Amino acid sequence: MPPSFEYVSPRTISEAVGFLSSGGDGAKVIAGGQSLIPLLKLRLASPSLLVDINRIPGLDGIEEGGGLLRMGALTRMAEVEASTLIKEKYPIIHDAAGVIGDPLVRNLGTLGGNVSHGDPNNDMPAVMLALGAEFVATGPSGQRTIRAEQFFTDSFTVALDHSEILTEIRVPRRSPRSGGCYLKLEQKVADFAIAAVAVQVRLGEAWECEDVGIGLTAVGPTAIKARRAEQWMRGRKVSDIQAVRELGRLAAEESSPATDIRGTAAYKKQVVRLLATRAFRKACERARGGL
Amino acid sequence: MPSKIPIAVTVNGNRRQAVVEPRLLLVHFLREDLGLTGTHVGCDTSNCSACAVLMDERVVKSCTVLAVQADGKNILTVEGLAEGGRLHAVQQAFLAKHGLQCGFCTPGMLMSAYALLRENRHPTNDEIRKGISGNICRCTGYAKIVESVERAARNRNW
Repeated sequence: MPPSFEYVSPRTISEAVGFLSSGGDGAKVIAGGQSLIPLLKLRLASPSLLVDINRIPGLDGIEEGGGLLRMGALTRMAEVEASTLIKEKYPIIHDAAGVIGDPLVRNLGTLGGNVSHGDPNNDMPAVMLALGAEFVATGPSGQRTIRAEQFFTDSFTVALDHSEILTEIRVPRRSPRSGGCYLKLEQKVADFAIAAVAVQVRLGEAWECEDVGIGLTAVGPTAIKARRAEQWMRGRKVSDIQAVRELGRLAAEESSPATDIRGTAAYKKQVVRLLATRAFRKACERARGGL
Repeated sequence: MPSKIPIAVTVNGNRRQAVVEPRLLLVHFLREDLGLTGTHVGCDTSNCSACAVLMDERVVKSCTVLAVQADGKNILTVEGLAEGGRLHAVQQAFLAKHGLQCGFCTPGMLMSAYALLRENRHPTNDEIRKGISGNICRCTGYAKIVESVERAARNRNW
């Protein structure tokens, strides 16, 4: 049984923002609740006010427009997983949506919740780092956008102000010869990853790596953008086996996993190395097969 | 003391009204306020899905939904599967194929299987395993449960 709290269920964003502003530090947004309610039951969180955004219309849905893929923060993981648009054009998001929690969690858990909870074990942050996503935050003074690489500031801490709500996730629209992949190693369904790697690649006309984004899950205090591995691979031939091996080595070097019940730090680094090379190859395969 | 909130939830076709504390979990509302104890609490940590129910046609963990969030929604529990004293085809299949041993996880398994078969009339073995992957059974090793769901899909009369 969770600790006591007050509860409101506003019908508009501005109303919700108003409740967060007046509720002070104890006010917290609840969306799908699949991370927050377990924390409440363990009494690891004890908000004084829950602001439920589930009844605010227009916060879900997936569409392309204006050079962007736009996803409402309240879009459920099950909807993301079932989306044909996502499956065909943004397979990295499809991969991740299908391995989050279990089917029941995915029926309620939301895209916005998965990123704004700030848990380094969550899967979507690494995907958003790889994709170069932007997050739209709505607060008392209107909207602002925050780049994914500036969003994940610490464990369970993101760059949202106390009275801001994440309302939309924007990803650059898929460009020709691009593809992505998310690979996760887990001990069992619904467990967090031992480690997971997200790779999004754009190939040049000679099939060289024109650009690459790499995100790592569960191997640091936040999701990690593997900048040195990205930098290394840009401009290199994707068929260069030694270069891809080096990409894996660098990604492992950039990770900082902790030894815990899911494995030793050294083991997890090896997992990152392997998953990074495999995810890169799969991303390239998809880039070649696609537009 | 936080303010209590009035809710109206349709449970197994019946409209039920109550005034509840915001922290009340849906599973406790079903079991303690409505006396529908078919929905089990297995773990209380959102891991096992013994408490699975359908909320507006989607299978969810009723221990991970607040009762106030179910206001205005349709809930189907294991008690709502049988009709006119006859077990539902999914329940009959679990009976015929011995899809349970101790039976504690069974209400949740039935609800996940029912939700899966509503969306996918002819699931493959892999799709069944994925469909029930959120439900933990500590007795059976799942083989007989998967066979039960396969039988329910074959004997589909609903």
